[in-house]
Amino acid sequence: MTSNLHMYVMVLPLFGALLVSLFGRINRRAILPLTLVSLALSALASLGVMQSVLQHGSFSYTVGNWQPPFGIELVVDHLSAMMLVLISWVALLATFSSLKSVARDLEGREYQFFTLYLILIAGLHGLVLTGDAFNLYVLLEITSITTYGLIAMGRGRAPLSSFNYIIMGSLGACFYLLGVGYLYILTGTLNMADIARILPTVTGEVATATAFGFMLVGLLIKMAFFPLHGWLPHAYSDAPTGAGVLAAPLMTKVTVYLMIRVMFSIFTVDSPLIQDAGVQNLIVWVASFAIIIASVLALGQKDFRRMLTYIIVAEVGYMVGGAWLANAQGLTGTILHIVNDALMTLCLFLAAAAISYRIGGLGLERMTGLYRKMPITMAAFTLGAFSMIGVPPTCGFFSKWYLILGGIEAGQYSFVVALVFSSLVNAVLFFRIIEIAYFRLDGNGHDHAPVKVEEAPMMMLQPLVVVAILLLAVGFGTGPLIDHVIRFTLPGVF
Amino acid sequence: MAYQTSIWPIAAVMISLLGAIPILLSGRQPNLREGWTLVIAVGKFLLIASMLPAVLAGGGFVFTLAEVLPGVPIQLRVDAMGMFFALVASFLWIFTSIYSIGYMRSLEEHGQTRYFASFAVAISATIGVAFSANLFTLYLFYEMLSLSTYPLVTHEQNAEARASGRKYLTYILGTSIGFALPAMLLTYSLAGTLDFTSGGILVGKADAATLTLLLILFVFGFAKAGIMPFHGWLPAAMVAPTPVSSFLHGVAVVKVGVFSILRVVFHIFGPDLLGEFHLGTALTVLASITIIVASLVALTQDNLKRRLAYSTIGQLSYMVLGAGMLTAAGMTGGMLHIAMHAFGKITLFLCAGAIYVASHKKYISQMDGLGRKMPVTYTAFLLGSLSIIGMPPLGGFISKWNLVIGAVDGGSLLLLLVLLVSSLLNAAYFLPIVYRGFFAASPEGAEAEGIKEAPLLCVIPLSVTALGSLALFFFPDTFLQLVRLTLFP
Repeated sequence: MTSNLHMYVMVLPLFGALLVSLFGRINRRAILPLTLVSLALSALASLGVMQSVLQHGSFSYTVGNWQPPFGIELVVDHLSAMMLVLISWVALLATFSSLKSVARDLEGREYQFFTLYLILIAGLHGLVLTGDAFNLYVLLEITSITTYGLIAMGRGRAPLSSFNYIIMGSLGACFYLLGVGYLYILTGTLNMADIARILPTVTGEVATATAFGFMLVGLLIKMAFFPLHGWLPHAYSDAPTGAGVLAAPLMTKVTVYLMIRVMFSIFTVDSPLIQDAGVQNLIVWVASFAIIIASVLALGQKDFRRMLTYIIVAEVGYMVGGAWLANAQGLTGTILHIVNDALMTLCLFLAAAAISYRIGGLGLERMTGLYRKMPITMAAFTLGAFSMIGVPPTCGFFSKWYLILGGIEAGQYSFVVALVFSSLVNAVLFFRIIEIAYFRLDGNGHDHAPVKVEEAPMMMLQPLVVVAILLLAVGFGTGPLIDHVIRFTLPGVF
Repeated sequence: MAYQTSIWPIAAVMISLLGAIPILLSGRQPNLREGWTLVIAVGKFLLIASMLPAVLAGGGFVFTLAEVLPGVPIQLRVDAMGMFFALVASFLWIFTSIYSIGYMRSLEEHGQTRYFASFAVAISATIGVAFSANLFTLYLFYEMLSLSTYPLVTHEQNAEARASGRKYLTYILGTSIGFALPAMLLTYSLAGTLDFTSGGILVGKADAATLTLLLILFVFGFAKAGIMPFHGWLPAAMVAPTPVSSFLHGVAVVKVGVFSILRVVFHIFGPDLLGEFHLGTALTVLASITIIVASLVALTQDNLKRRLAYSTIGQLSYMVLGAGMLTAAGMTGGMLHIAMHAFGKITLFLCAGAIYVASHKKYISQMDGLGRKMPVTYTAFLLGSLSIIGMPPLGGFISKWNLVIGAVDGGSLLLLLVLLVSSLLNAAYFLPIVYRGFFAASPEGAEAEGIKEAPLLCVIPLSVTALGSLALFFFPDTFLQLVRLTLFP
């Protein structure tokens, strides 16, 4: 059965962008309904897509009925349907908060911001859906270029951070494109399924390996895999608050998804490159190293948001390492962590947005006594923190469970040690904040007078509470999520 | 053994967790808030006690909350071992609640709402550990207990309390994530399950080296049991208000550590497997060292609560020592000591708190002659000490007697020596306190201070627990029966 609901998921935000750019320019008040309605409809459509995949299995779709290998093929399977749901709902929740913060930070430029913002979301959906290696490149550039623009609208040295990101991002894109070029020369097609079918028959192992290497390194740059991570902390912490809450949870996770696609949909699980023990060991070792270094760097940060950006770099190490353990547990862990990490990061970035909206900054020292001033925000923050540390039953525990189990089964003990180490460092990082915000007294000793509660506005608070509850719900729902979705995404031989 | 599906286990766990909500909401009305605390405490005990007859009859209850991981659900199961611990903890919790109200109000403490809410979550987690059907569920509640007790340790919020809170988390969370979690995953990877099964789940699944590594990881991973060198958090945690020290660091938290180790010994490894690889010795060596060293350190402490803390460290290792003997009497004694020590030690802590409420004295050297002004408190203190030393007619005698038999049965003179020497040391660090209280001359000007017994809300609970220690000597049958059902199903 084919329906075209997935087209709506992708096109609605794009259409929204067009309308925002036309009408938001004339009247600021049009931006909010246009953005929210387009994203809400897109989010609902994504649920329909998921429903259809759960019932009827995966399907592919040819845009405009142009048959592959020449037309544009979209592939909707369990993994891409899951990503559509994840992206559209994370985007919707983030948007409530960014509407509020952008209205204050970028007064008068909201229509520019939200035009780029919606195109970015549409691009992310496209990345997830495409079944064509070259279209993937185009969409990768669409998401990157919109992100450059969004980041450059930020505070302080944001233009410089954005420029830094442009250099690295373009390098990554070039690498990826070179890889695709090699594949085209070798196979004569750009359709992923076609490439996967033809590749095993072509001779020229060196050329294939070169193609794979270029594509992989290109994506690793884009996802800020250590030691190619230099651009990310600046870019995400200098970005406008409203861009951070969208980009931080989604960009790296979608790129990890792309890496999985390249590994298993363009190349195949039994291809000698993926089964090569040397390659596996190398990447898992670097990933372990990445996790440890990024965790240590996070310890050195004095600003909450910058600390979070280094945690993101460490989490990328989790996911890359997990995928390259090359067993079912590891890959399950990686895919589960894509979901969980997106939610945890969203939760913490939303909390950061709410806090900076109220107290004007995110220096750790300024957070003294914050629990009494913003109890709900800080309760949600605490849940997000527990999930990052990996305390059950928050969802963060369960992906870590699978990743460590995968590490044990693959005999990659360096990875196991790195994961445990990073959990411990996260505990230090977050309890440092909890201690400051909850237990440090602000000079007056124990005053029994109740502190005036000054929560963030409802638009920022509500999505935060929803995400915090989701962290628990997804944790409890880990079993069904794996049984009904993730299990189908694993390559057959696992 | 037949387990019937029932909602009672989850009700018994959740009542205080959900109870934290009305406690938080009625923060502005202290009487209502404390009313909730008491209702929940009594309700919890009744719920647990209502399941006792079925467990004594050899049955039990089970409830599955969610199927989260393949073969590893979040599942609660009431069996004899869990019932044993839950009964002790929930019973003592009632009196701690009453005492807490008297203590916190007398001292006009700040943050009482946070205090009572954290306490409610902590007792929930404790019962959760007791009723866990598998290692993963146990780990979940174990972490919940660590996190919910952190605000209680840091309660004072001054620099010392915050430093102690950090130390507490570093030890407790550091070891559970660093050691227990990998050990659990390794066990799962080897056995494919984490269910507590009598006879263990690791038989024939691993070689000697792996088993040794696992055992060490588990014993140190559950650092709440205070096995040296991971004991440092316990003396530091004494900055907490005394009801916290008495219940959590005399009963709930520390015994959750020991209980977890015993669960692993009995139901993950199984005594037979440990015997086969001579791993019981590893446990007894670690425990013996801790017993002797902690008792010696306790002798040197002048701060009463710190002395009690070191005493606790030593006593906890008795329980691990008993389990490590792998003889019937030894394991019985080790497990029984959970209950006996709980009643004794909580009495001692409650007395220390009563002394602090009445006189604001923390150091033993300041307490000369105090017993004559607070006779009830000091008599209770005497009973508690005698029980822990292991004198008849107090409950502690029964567990120590079994431990001694166990050591003899196992043919280990060295263990017998450890038991005897440490009992002497126990006497040496407890009895002088009582002696100085009753017979030493009061310091100059003490009469003018006008010290008298602490408020009734403090004195009644400590009297009840002291009498409980006495009663356990004469009526240990229920607990003995539960131990038998655990060890010889």
